[in-house]
Amino acid sequence: MEQVIQLEKVNKWFDDFHVLKDIDLTVTKGQKIVVCGPSGSGKSTMIRCINRLEAHQKGQIVVHGTELTNDLKNIDMIRKNVGMVFQQFNLFPHLSVIDNITLAPIWVKKLPKKEADNIAMTYLEKVKIPEQAQKYPGQLSGGQQQRVAIARSLAMNPDIMLFDEPTSALDPEMIKEVLDVMIQLAEEGMTMLVVTHEMGFAKTVADQMIFMDEGRIVEQASPDEFFNNPKSDRTKLFLSQILNH
Amino acid sequence: MTPNTSPYLSPNKMLNWSKKNLFSSWVNTIMTVIALIFLYEVGTFFLNWAIFKADFINNFRGETITDRTFCSKNIEVGQHGACWAIIFVRFHQFMYGFYPVEEAWRVNLVYAFLPFALIGVLFDKLPLRRVFLYFTFAFPFIAYFMLYGGPGLSVVATNKWGGLLVTLFLGVTGIALAFPLSILLALGRRSNMPIVKSICVVFIEFIRGVPLITLLFTANVMLPLFLPEGVKPDNLLRALVAVTLFQSAYMAEAIRGGLQAIPKGQIEAAQSLGLNYWQTTRKIILPQALKIAIPPIVNTCIGLFKDTSLVLIIGLFDLLGIGRAALSDITWTKLYYEVYVFVSLIFFIFCFGMSRYSLYLEKKLKTDNS
Repeated sequence: MEQVIQLEKVNKWFDDFHVLKDIDLTVTKGQKIVVCGPSGSGKSTMIRCINRLEAHQKGQIVVHGTELTNDLKNIDMIRKNVGMVFQQFNLFPHLSVIDNITLAPIWVKKLPKKEADNIAMTYLEKVKIPEQAQKYPGQLSGGQQQRVAIARSLAMNPDIMLFDEPTSALDPEMIKEVLDVMIQLAEEGMTMLVVTHEMGFAKTVADQMIFMDEGRIVEQASPDEFFNNPKSDRTKLFLSQILNH
Repeated sequence: MTPNTSPYLSPNKMLNWSKKNLFSSWVNTIMTVIALIFLYEVGTFFLNWAIFKADFINNFRGETITDRTFCSKNIEVGQHGACWAIIFVRFHQFMYGFYPVEEAWRVNLVYAFLPFALIGVLFDKLPLRRVFLYFTFAFPFIAYFMLYGGPGLSVVATNKWGGLLVTLFLGVTGIALAFPLSILLALGRRSNMPIVKSICVVFIEFIRGVPLITLLFTANVMLPLFLPEGVKPDNLLRALVAVTLFQSAYMAEAIRGGLQAIPKGQIEAAQSLGLNYWQTTRKIILPQALKIAIPPIVNTCIGLFKDTSLVLIIGLFDLLGIGRAALSDITWTKLYYEVYVFVSLIFFIFCFGMSRYSLYLEKKLKTDNS
């Protein structure tokens, strides 16, 4: 299998705080990995390192054969191929939905506006809100906003999608509409790295579970093994806490 | 059901509204009555003074007013209001300063075309906006040629400029030049590059820590030192440099306030889409930051427009300076109220215009439902 992301002995500090400790991770093409763990365990930081929203200090991160360093060219190249969806959506409030989506295709990929508009509408249909194209983010519900954010990311035609707790800021009744879009995306074969606590989603989609605690990957296993037969006590405790309510 | 359910303003509704808001209690009623009496007294006094009992060109005997002794109030004490003749007689100076009378059409032409140069910038939904924007870029050169002169037009040195011309020249040019400079300063102040950052911080803090008057004096004395020997910049240009630097420092701080209000997630989202620094700044950060900063930016613009009158201390005659010059003229002296009211009115028109425009802009740029 083609390896698209490799993390080798990655370490990161926020000043004195050691957030990532010797992280090793390999993602192959088409793989869906769900990362969970208590807050502060470094799971968001880890995926934010993969598109260099955070810089790591030790170790090696290779995306599509390109190593992430301070070289801006490499960073730009990797960001074009790696999409990211944020907990807070981070839509651009001053742009309409369609302009949110076409912005990067027009400015980064230099596509003509018409072509970018067509691409945007395709993805808006995919996330099932083409009728909202002319509205502004502030006029949409949280679930709709997050779906626009997914469409915005997809419009750059990335090979890998990173999801940083995409449903944590949503009202319960809107979580499903976002997860449905993500499941559909997974079925189409997208390589996905998802930080989430939605264990139902994890069971449906993931082919690899990762549990992190205190900056380390504590457990990495198939969902079946992870949920039914976790090895470490820390994982057992975590699972019992989030599954029993 | 009440018979009158019309949602439109009816006498009935007005009555209800005033009952609820103006006469709801004894205290409220007393305050309302006092306020109305006050407004009536002040209003009638002012209107009588400014319009109904005022002299414009002729006094109450029908004679043309040629100096202050002809003003009705100086002939018959107590019965008469303002003597606006001073404004009419010296109107040319108020508008153009000491610009030659036969060349004044050049200034008028610039005044007439100034709105056309501005509307392209101010209104983005304007039909043919592109054409207007081309004109906007051409306008400074046209205006310079028209005002200063050159091939085909006689040269009018800037020491002949004055009145509203100087006020508008310094205000409009100062704001227009300071705007791009202030954006760069604000971005520089938040830059990761230590040298750029310190230069911007030192510049902004130095300029903000010094009164405009000091800057005007400094520009007057120091600017020649930075220029090659023999080049002598004129006073107006020196004042323009001082005013522009002053304004850019203040505007930069207003814009920095806007920049700070942009959540980090906006930048991260732009970066994750592959936008570089300048694209992120131009398409994501500045549109939002400037929108937030509209009220303080306009605040500094209004402040600057009024501060241009300080140039009178380095020997330039702006609108206020011309007014003071008129008052020191022995034939017109002591007509303080007329001159200051007129000058205030002109300043007010421009400042109020800016204020209204900023409200319009804020409303137009609102994109959420709140």
